[in-house]
Amino acid sequence: MSIQDIQNDIIEEFAMFDDWEERYQYMIDLGKTLPLIDEQYKTDDYLIKGCQSKVWVHANMENNKVVFTADSDAIITKGVIAILIRVFSNQRPKDIIDANTDFIDKIGLKEHLSPTRANGLVSMIKQLKMYAFAYQTQLN
Amino acid sequence: MFPIKEIRKDFPILSRKVHGKPLVYLDNGATSQTPIQVIDVIVDYYSNYNANIHRGVHNLSQEATDKYEEARHKIQNHFNAKHAHEIIMTSGTTESINLVAHGFASLLDKGDEIMVSALEHHSNIVPWQMLCEKTGAVLKVIHMNDEGELVLTEYSKLLSNKTKLVFVNHISNALGTINPIELIIEKAHQVGAAVLIDGAQACPHVKPDVQALNVDFYVASAHKMCGPTGVGMLYGKEAWLNKLPPYQGGGEMIADVTFEKTTYAGLPHKFEAGTPNICGGIAFGAAIDYLNAIGFDNIAAYEHELLEYATEKLMEIEGLKIYGTSKNKTSVISFNIEGIHPYDIGTILDKLGIAVRTGHHCAQPIMAYFKIPGTVRASFAFYNTKEEVDILVAGVKKAKMMLA
Ligand SMILES: Cc1ncc(COP(=O)(O)O)c(C=O)c1O
Repeated sequence: MSIQDIQNDIIEEFAMFDDWEERYQYMIDLGKTLPLIDEQYKTDDYLIKGCQSKVWVHANMENNKVVFTADSDAIITKGVIAILIRVFSNQRPKDIIDANTDFIDKIGLKEHLSPTRANGLVSMIKQLKMYAFAYQTQLN
Repeated sequence: MFPIKEIRKDFPILSRKVHGKPLVYLDNGATSQTPIQVIDVIVDYYSNYNANIHRGVHNLSQEATDKYEEARHKIQNHFNAKHAHEIIMTSGTTESINLVAHGFASLLDKGDEIMVSALEHHSNIVPWQMLCEKTGAVLKVIHMNDEGELVLTEYSKLLSNKTKLVFVNHISNALGTINPIELIIEKAHQVGAAVLIDGAQACPHVKPDVQALNVDFYVASAHKMCGPTGVGMLYGKEAWLNKLPPYQGGGEMIADVTFEKTTYAGLPHKFEAGTPNICGGIAFGAAIDYLNAIGFDNIAAYEHELLEYATEKLMEIEGLKIYGTSKNKTSVISFNIEGIHPYDIGTILDKLGIAVRTGHHCAQPIMAYFKIPGTVRASFAFYNTKEEVDILVAGVKKAKMMLA
């Protein structure tokens, strides 16, 4: 599926929630259930300093697509990460570089991507794009 | 009876909503809210007598200067300083500390010791580390115990004739511990060391008497005392302030300038280069008036009641642990719930209209001591209520239910 299609799916899914509580409970459950990253990558080398919650990101290339795994020590942050991974992972580098994150606004989670939020998510997206950029350079 | 209903009416912001819920503001440790009496002074300043001070012959400048100096006198009286010129107006606690640290660079030699406590805000750590880098002085640390209290027996052992300066906070921002500063000051003086007390967290709750304390430097920020941001003060004993060199060069702080030599103005102007935060300084004075009209004894008694009530109610929540359990503490509760990240709790509380702080509270050494990434901190002011405590407790329970 293309990044755009996945984003549309997520927007549709979130439209079913009535209020913030349902949205947050969904993210919390996402955060709880998913094992997102191999323990060996939960080190400082893969850490994005987010000030309050820690975020780890790992990337590798499979069949010309970038596969991301990531994790956080805070569960709501982890829930948002799960959504971002669903959108960005397993995509071609160029598509990742070109993708925007407007959908986050549409699903009522914009505040989590505010640069002042200190949860590491803004830096995380930057990092995803940097990885994509690096792999794109390899492909060229 | 504490007139809480009337007091709350003084604070326009307390009637606003956040995420559709009435605001419950429990982040007073970060900054306090502003009463209408102070807001009026700010509006009056810009509406009626905004002018630069200490330099105009014209009427407006004279009015602004008079009001600004009147504010300095209010601060002097409030802290019971001997002289008005012992009150230096600054941009806040951080600048006050940096001013003193800068000054001590010329007074310290390699191998001299300066002493900090384990309970400090980064503002009262980093400027001194920079001072050590500059001078070769050595930084010593007074450690704390599990209650979040300083270990005073250790303090006595650390003191020696090498100790030149001791700097601790009056009240800890992360845990609320009230430090025994009388004793700390007395012991430091016995070995000839000067003492700086960081009163940023204390001044919203207590009224320090700098002469009775016999403290050498005392610093505070207006924005934690119902005043505006970007203004604060440094109290220094006259003799010490005369010993320290100027901090910044510029207008206001000079007596005569030629290209060969500049002579500096006397106190307090020597430390007040450039156009200050005139409106902020005047509003700081108004904030002090406001707090004194309520009375610090009344504030302390009411806040203590809130603290006890909140502590009791929060402790009923299973898995909740409070950090900072000294018997001597102000209305600050730093806590975590087992297995839950403080950031997650703060995020859910925010959705419920409850403002708390989460994280390390600019006191990473304290978090390292407890081996935690941070805490949730609810800090209460005299305009908070037991009903708000109940909303907090219900919010924490809800957050726990959603997150556990
Ligand atoms: C104990 C303590 N010291 C210093 C500061 C710094 O104050 P300001 O940011 O107003 O300079 C704070 C503020 O949080 C504090 O709590």
